[in-house]
This record gives sequence, structure tokens and C-alpha cells, in this order.
Amino acid sequence: MTKKILYRGAEAEILLSTYMGRTVVEKRRVQKAYRIKEIDRQLIASRTREEAKLMAESRRIGVSVPLIYDVDLFNGIITMEYLAGDRVKDILNILGKQKRKRICQKIGESIARLHNHDIIHGDITTSNMILFYDRLYFIDFGLGCKTIEIETKAVDLHVLMEAFESTHSQYSSCFNNVLDGYKKNYRGDPVRVLHTIDDIIRRGRYR
Amino acid sequence: MICLGIEGTAHSIGVGIIQERKGTCQVLSNKIKTYQPEKGGIHPREAANHHAAKIAGLIHESVRVTTIDFSDIDLISFSQGPGLGPCLRTAATAARALALTIEKPLIGVNHCVAHLEIGRGTVRECTDPVLLYVSGANTQVIAFAEKKYRVFGETLDIGIGNCLDKFGRALGLEFPCGPKIEQLAAKGSQYLPLPYSIKGMDIAFSGLLTASENYVKKGKNLEDVCFSMQETTFAMLTEVTERAMAHTEKQEVLLGGGVASNKRLREMVQTMALNRGAKFFVPTRDLCIDNGAMIAWLGLLMYQSGCRMSIDNSLINQRFRTDMVEVTWRD
Repeated sequence: MTKKILYRGAEAEILLSTYMGRTVVEKRRVQKAYRIKEIDRQLIASRTREEAKLMAESRRIGVSVPLIYDVDLFNGIITMEYLAGDRVKDILNILGKQKRKRICQKIGESIARLHNHDIIHGDITTSNMILFYDRLYFIDFGLGCKTIEIETKAVDLHVLMEAFESTHSQYSSCFNNVLDGYKKNYRGDPVRVLHTIDDIIRRGRYR
Repeated sequence: MICLGIEGTAHSIGVGIIQERKGTCQVLSNKIKTYQPEKGGIHPREAANHHAAKIAGLIHESVRVTTIDFSDIDLISFSQGPGLGPCLRTAATAARALALTIEKPLIGVNHCVAHLEIGRGTVRECTDPVLLYVSGANTQVIAFAEKKYRVFGETLDIGIGNCLDKFGRALGLEFPCGPKIEQLAAKGSQYLPLPYSIKGMDIAFSGLLTASENYVKKGKNLEDVCFSMQETTFAMLTEVTERAMAHTEKQEVLLGGGVASNKRLREMVQTMALNRGAKFFVPTRDLCIDNGAMIAWLGLLMYQSGCRMSIDNSLINQRFRTDMVEVTWRD
């Protein structure tokens, strides 16, 4: 069947396809003509491998992600479950206050759960979250990694903070709600993570 | 309306004169003088001394090469920040003195936003770009979103120019080192793996800098190290720019800053843009580097949209962030 492009991101194409009779999504990392082959090949293979590993582990610890059906390292393709939900980026600004607050807390809880298992998503933005049957799914672990470092966990949250500032700037309480959810569920010392976020903000240029 | 702008955030002092006619930007003059440290990087006080010595002559020269006279100037603008304190204060002092002397209003502007606005003002078809702003100190991906110029990605440690300069200095190259590294890199061919550090849309260069220096210490071919360094850092820059374009759904990319002179970086960003079906823009070189014309143009836009600044409120701000600017001149 012909594959329909659902979304063309910066590094990958998201295609609607079928796999053993199911409707699936293929995430296909595209070669980038602007960078040399050596960098391109290495990035595509390592990111595909890492992403599949992190998705599988996230699911195991109870953070919703699409189910993986197949991984093709050579071509940089992950075949996964299709979620016919809404991107949080698209709906957050139009939700009611209470619902928005609840989702933001849920985002924080899920990030805490990932961090409890030393999983770093690497690109936590509201574009990378899908709400499907009232469940919050994380997608795109392409820049993720595993680490115990507090610093990296704080950077993970800082990325989301910047996304909120740029995309949902009229709702300044959103990120605080995320942090509330995070604090309640993070098993390490959440205060240390939050302090490190402050350090990162201060380290940023001209703060 | 005619505006004279004074730029002095770092190692360059610049004076530019801009004329606005029916919304179009015309550069009447754009004079720049650059402080060259005898050794090492920029010494802020030495740079400020350089600027103080040159600024009066530059102002006269920038007016002399045009057909206008001081009495034709309607507005004086200056780089209010971000930048090195002593340099900013020198430029601001000159701007205040000039404004009082010719009895014309004064306005301070954000240097980073000026880099973007001069692109919109002088490059045909450039209307709503994502700016990849790459200079010594600054490495930011900036775009207009929700009424402000917002930083979508930036360096978490040092600027790309600073990274190249630090590396070059270890090799004994003269400041600025970027052009020399570009020449060496053009002769390199073997890629040596370097850390590729992207966090969301932010990037970090310090690990890569150390790894590059270690390659040199180990006796690797210098041209190959320069080649690998350029390929890696520029691929990172191009990637975050593309991510910002995808995130903001914008169809234009603009380069700015001194490192925008690098041909390989231009080529990479242009290739990325072409493959996305987006447009690629670079202002002329004298409008890419730190210059007075861009300061003049932004000052003019702000003034025409109703911004006013008294001398009392014209203090410089070394940490003047891009997203602190109230954008009154566009929707």
C-alpha cells in the first residue's frame, strides 16, 4: 500500500503504513544531505537503536508509549502502534483551566517516573506528547539517553520549561503544575533537581 | 526618516546610517572598526579604549560618505546590550552625547534582535525567518512567536565563534581564528569522531572543544581536526535550526553573525533549507557582522512604532536577553 506522510519533522518522517494487517506508524529517519556520510550514518543508527530501547523500557516502567512492532537499524526505521489522539501542543491552550492543570501534573508525574529509572527523554516538548483515550503518551525518544546525573534530568525539564515559555507563554502556571507532579513522584531528592534547573537558567547567557 | 546607529557590544565599533522610505530600508553608510588584541582574546577595557579612540572619527566619516548632513538625522540609536560592559558604555556615551548635541531623540536597542531585523529589512522576500545567529559570544536560534522574538535554542556553554577561537588560540592562530580554521578544514578529508551534543534544541560545544584539542595533542593531522570540528559543530547548528523551523512551522531561514561568513556553514544551512522547501537568506557581509546599520534600522522601527527613551533611562544592560524586548513594530 502507499504510505501516507503524517508528519515531516526535522530529522524523521512519520508515515502511516500497515504491518501484519494493523495500521501502524513508521518513524523513518531521513538522511541529511547537509552533513557528511560518516556523521549521518552514525547518528541515524545510534538514535534509532537508543530510541527503541528507551521506548521499550519506558513502557515496562509504566509510562505510556506506542508499542513497537519492528526496528530496522540499517534504514533507521521504527515501526510502532498508531495513536489517533491529539498532540498536547495543539490542545493545551484551548483546554479548560482544571483539565490543563491536571494534564500538566500528569506530565510531571510521567517525567518523574522516567527519571526514577534514569531515563532521559531528551526532547520533552508538548509536540512530543499525545493524549489518547485520556492517557498521556510520550513519543520521540530520539534524543534520549540513560543516566543517573541530576544535571541531565534538570536539563530534560529545562527543555520543557523553554517549550512552555515559547509555545504556551500565556499560561505561566503550566510549568509549575508540571513541577508539582514531578515533586510528588520523583523518588530521589526533587529539590536538588529543581535547584539544578535554577543553576541552568542562571548559566544561560544574559540571565 | 533617517537614523544613525552606534554599535559597540564587543570587539567592533560601528556607525551606520539608515534611511526609511515607505517602509523600505536603505543603508546610506555603514562604517566598522575592529579592535585586534595583541594576544589572546578580547580584553574588555582595551576594546572599550579602542572604541573611545575611534568613535568620533567614525561618526564624522559615516556622515561624510553620504549626501546628508548632521541636521538631516532624525534619531540616534545604540546597542543597549547584550555585550561587554565597558564597550557598551562607550558606545552608549557616544550616542547620548551625539543626541544631545544635535538635539535629536535617543533610543537603545537589543543587539540580537537587530541582527534579525536587518535581515528582514534588507534581504528581499525575507519576512518571517528563523534566525541562526552565530557569532563569537552568541549562538542562538531566534524566531518570532507570540508577540516576541523568542530563543528556541541556544548554546548551553560557549558561543560557536568562541569555540573556534579557543581552539585556534591553542594552535597559535591569530584572533579571529574562524577564517583560518575554515581554510585548514577545506584541506581536511578524514573525519575524526567528535562528541555531537544536542539537548532538545540547545547545543553544547565545550566537550567537543576538549576532544578536538586532544586530537591535536595526539598528533592528528591538523587539517583533519579542523575539518571534523567544522563538520560536527555546523551539523549541530544546522540540525537545531531545522528543529526550530519544524517546531515553529516557518518557511524561511536567515543567517547572521560573524560565523555566517563561513562558506561551509552557509552551504549546510542552505542545503537543509532547500530540502525542506524553505527559503535561505544571508545579508551582505557588512550587515552580518556587528554593525551600526542594523542598530540604526531597529532603532528606527522602534521609534516609528511609538517607543521612546529618555536619557535617564538609557542605561546599558549587559544581560539584555532577546526575549525581553517588547515587539511593537510587527504582529
